Amino acid sequence: MTAETQAANAAAVADFRARARWQWYEPIFWLGAIAWYFLFPTYLPLGTQVLCSALFALSLDLILGYGGIVSLGHTTFFGIGAYTAGLLAKYGWGEPITCLLAGGVTAAIAGWICSFVIVRVQGVALLLVTLGINLVLYEIANKAYTITGGADGLQGIVFWKVFGVFDYDIEGRVAYIYTLAVVFLLFLVARRIVYSPFGLALKGMRENWKRMPALGAALRHHGALIFVLSAAIAGLAGALLAESVQFVALDSLGVQRSVDVLTMLIVGGTGVLYGSFVGATVYMVVRDQLADLNPAYWYFWIGLMLVVVVLFTRNGVVGALSDAAAWFQRRGRAQS
Amino acid sequence: MTTAALKTHGLNKNFGGLKVTQDVKFELPVGARHALIGPNGAGKTTFINLLTGLLSADSGTIELDGRPITDLPAHQRVKRGLARTFQINTLFPDLTPLEAVTLAACERHGTSRQWFPALANRKELIEEAYALLAELGIGDQAHRLTRHLAYGHQRVLEIALALATRPHVLLLDEPAAGVPAHESGILYEVISALPKEIAVLFIEHDMDLVFRFASHITVLVSGRVLREGPPAEIAEDPEVRAVYLGTAAHG
Repeated sequence: MTAETQAANAAAVADFRARARWQWYEPIFWLGAIAWYFLFPTYLPLGTQVLCSALFALSLDLILGYGGIVSLGHTTFFGIGAYTAGLLAKYGWGEPITCLLAGGVTAAIAGWICSFVIVRVQGVALLLVTLGINLVLYEIANKAYTITGGADGLQGIVFWKVFGVFDYDIEGRVAYIYTLAVVFLLFLVARRIVYSPFGLALKGMRENWKRMPALGAALRHHGALIFVLSAAIAGLAGALLAESVQFVALDSLGVQRSVDVLTMLIVGGTGVLYGSFVGATVYMVVRDQLADLNPAYWYFWIGLMLVVVVLFTRNGVVGALSDAAAWFQRRGRAQS
Repeated sequence: MTTAALKTHGLNKNFGGLKVTQDVKFELPVGARHALIGPNGAGKTTFINLLTGLLSADSGTIELDGRPITDLPAHQRVKRGLARTFQINTLFPDLTPLEAVTLAACERHGTSRQWFPALANRKELIEEAYALLAELGIGDQAHRLTRHLAYGHQRVLEIALALATRPHVLLLDEPAAGVPAHESGILYEVISALPKEIAVLFIEHDMDLVFRFASHITVLVSGRVLREGPPAEIAEDPEVRAVYLGTAAHG
């Protein structure tokens, strides 16, 4: 092998390694999440909800932003995770870690069952099928009020101490730290998925699913696998929220929440991992502030924000930021 | 008698009342350089779609290396060694050629469902992908986004993606489509430099290219095989000249 080809081969491998490497802004982001704990002690419950929503949005990003599979009913799995954890706690088993895992597992199983239908449709049909599954499940939970509490939500659930030591406190300190730790771990998992061989196959599906079979790819298998992984993470997010608020509302299965999470992801940016975190933060904080100003009409502003972001950015807030960074870099280079 | 690399028998396909493929009997010997020609609407691309499983035949059989593949889905035919390129670029715009070819290598190797190990650790697959791009002369394009590539380079990438599946039968649907005449020769140099073990079937409209690179020609008209034979024979056939080559026939 000549030195030249050796260098070119090394450059090729380095290219993949560089993509997967931690970027300078990533620690800032997570340090920010830790700083929130100290800076806004009265906003810890909001912070916890932002984290749960971000994790939920991240699960949607895996199928939408990476795999190119659209869903208008992703809260199906969020709700299943939440109800699983909540029901376990209500009927006598409130150990947080196992309840959390149970939420992830049931959601994954539900995702696996749904995947048989999902992988057979594309585009608008896929939107409608996912929406349909969501609606069906919502009404089942609504009707089965003796188990789920129906429209009143699942009340009277008590989760035990985290690790048998840390009791959920009224300020939400334990819930915040516990949630942040779990979200970080799952973010690491999502990061592994994105930079794995399967992650590349996902991007291939997003970029051109028609070409994939011509490369020998079993599209339905790929689709089912990412759907199950995504459903599991959505379920974990739902279980996390149930644990931190010690309550499961019927709207955790509501189509509104499916639309909300899609909005967060689009506002933040798809296919960039951090888009879900940025989007969830912007969305939840804006909603929190707007609801204080005018509790009735805040969706007006959310709608306006969605339109502005989609019209004027390439890929949400993260897309706009990276475009701005690239612009400054170019300008800096031109001046030097 | 040696088995043909690819063989069809009595292949039929109708789009409603339109018979796009009629009773096609076709044989591609191992290592062949075979051109498929015919006027627009003759059903050439449909025939390739039937062979690759993008469309399923109404009746008839398709054999790859003597084994029936008629009922196999498209991706399994690829696994058996049947690859194709597309007349209209069917690439991954926001991936680099290196990523796209690595993806194809992962699919071939069966690593594409591994969702936890790092892709960067699959050095052999990445290096294989780069080597293929370099071999086809687009190694210097490997790290650019596909959508920023010159059209001619994208056409080469089409072939690279198919080759990354390590086929022994390669179907090229107008590989030089849209490429300016003075550059299309370069594409065919790439094609003629392919290993002899690979049987190649290509659709091509440029008769100069057909007669330069094909050792065998099949003429398809209205979904039927009109003639097949060596180039010299086809060029002299009065019926082919009348129906396809017209008066300004290749001399």
